[in-house]
Amino acid sequence: MPESPTLLAIILTAALTNNILLAKFLGMCSFLSCSKQISTAFGLGFAVTFVLTGTIIVNYFVYHYLLVPLGLQHLMLIIFIAVIAGCVQFVEMFIERFSPTLYYALGIFLPLITVNCAILGASLFMVIDEYSLLETIAFGFGSGIGWLLAIVLLAGLRKRMGYSDPPGPFRGVAITMILTGIMALAFMGFGGMGV
Amino acid sequence: MMSTAPLDPTAGAEGCGGCGKGFCDGKGRAIFKETSWTSNPVAVQTLGICPALAVTTRLENSLVMGAAMIFVCVGSTFMLSLLRHTTPRRIRLIASVAIIATFVILIDQFLRAFYWEMSRQLGPYVGLIITNCIVLGRAEAFAMQNKPQLAIVDALAAGIGFTTILAIVGFFRELLGEGTLLGYVVLHPDWYTKNLVMVLAPGAFVVMGFLIALFNWLQQKDVQGS
Repeated sequence: MPESPTLLAIILTAALTNNILLAKFLGMCSFLSCSKQISTAFGLGFAVTFVLTGTIIVNYFVYHYLLVPLGLQHLMLIIFIAVIAGCVQFVEMFIERFSPTLYYALGIFLPLITVNCAILGASLFMVIDEYSLLETIAFGFGSGIGWLLAIVLLAGLRKRMGYSDPPGPFRGVAITMILTGIMALAFMGFGGMGV
Repeated sequence: MMSTAPLDPTAGAEGCGGCGKGFCDGKGRAIFKETSWTSNPVAVQTLGICPALAVTTRLENSLVMGAAMIFVCVGSTFMLSLLRHTTPRRIRLIASVAIIATFVILIDQFLRAFYWEMSRQLGPYVGLIITNCIVLGRAEAFAMQNKPQLAIVDALAAGIGFTTILAIVGFFRELLGEGTLLGYVVLHPDWYTKNLVMVLAPGAFVVMGFLIALFNWLQQKDVQGS
């Protein structure tokens, strides 16, 4: 397996140094609104990882085997959105049928994910960075894990925030943003790993 | 004060007949202030944070992004408002997304054709206007129930509110991070050490955090004053 180190590097880069949330700012809306409890953050994080990896693979095939041969790259955005919405619907039905437990754990988050820009963003980065199929899978999985890591960590930090007393105007979103900034600073430190 | 009291949906329906007295019975100004300042999409409702953080490394990028946003927002809400009686309620989300996507593709192709360098710098974030909650939010909350003229005012206000925030964040990040503004040297490298963190991701979060705090503070003062 000569390719495995590069694939590992892609996963690590996507999850840590180039974290989709802390370095590329994708998926901020749900990141801010669903990070008040660790359990919620976990559920949403898993759902995002799942859907992100799935849709990026489907989008890879759609882009390279349908849009490029037909010369329809400019329709990429609208097709990707349709694929994502379709995938989410399909995944929801699939999970409901085969694993009701998982369905109740993820259920409420799945519709939310359709409008999570991390999902569409990852697919767009897949096209811009010209990944091969294996690299695409690694990138999608790594991005999802990175998102999960970031939101769970923030949920933990926000729990602690409950005991502190920031100045009035900073309460709520403002202090969370600054907190995220400090977290992003810490994640940049992973850049020194040299992967 | 923070109450985003839904504007009376019937108001636009009959009120806009006499557009002579003020803009749409003077409603235009109230709507503009409400959408762009009191419930500013980015700073107060924290919608559309992604592009506000991602493309604001430079003032120029922020302004181009803001212009793209205004175009998409005004265009799509205008179309949706025109079609609001003929769109069945059940498929309105899909209809909205399709219309928004059309406008986003238009502006994306335009930037690619005429401003390639800028398009490359903005990367996927122009395309991501589709999933930007601001556009869909204005479409759902306002354009679906109001006349096209009012929808344009509302969308313009949302777009300008968005652009203003982007410009402020871009201003500080470019000034402190690179010592320049719109590419012109303001803080001379001889005596100013560039603060690289401002150009990188953490700077974006911190500037945005302080900006939101400033908004909270100003609006609290507003409440106490009135």
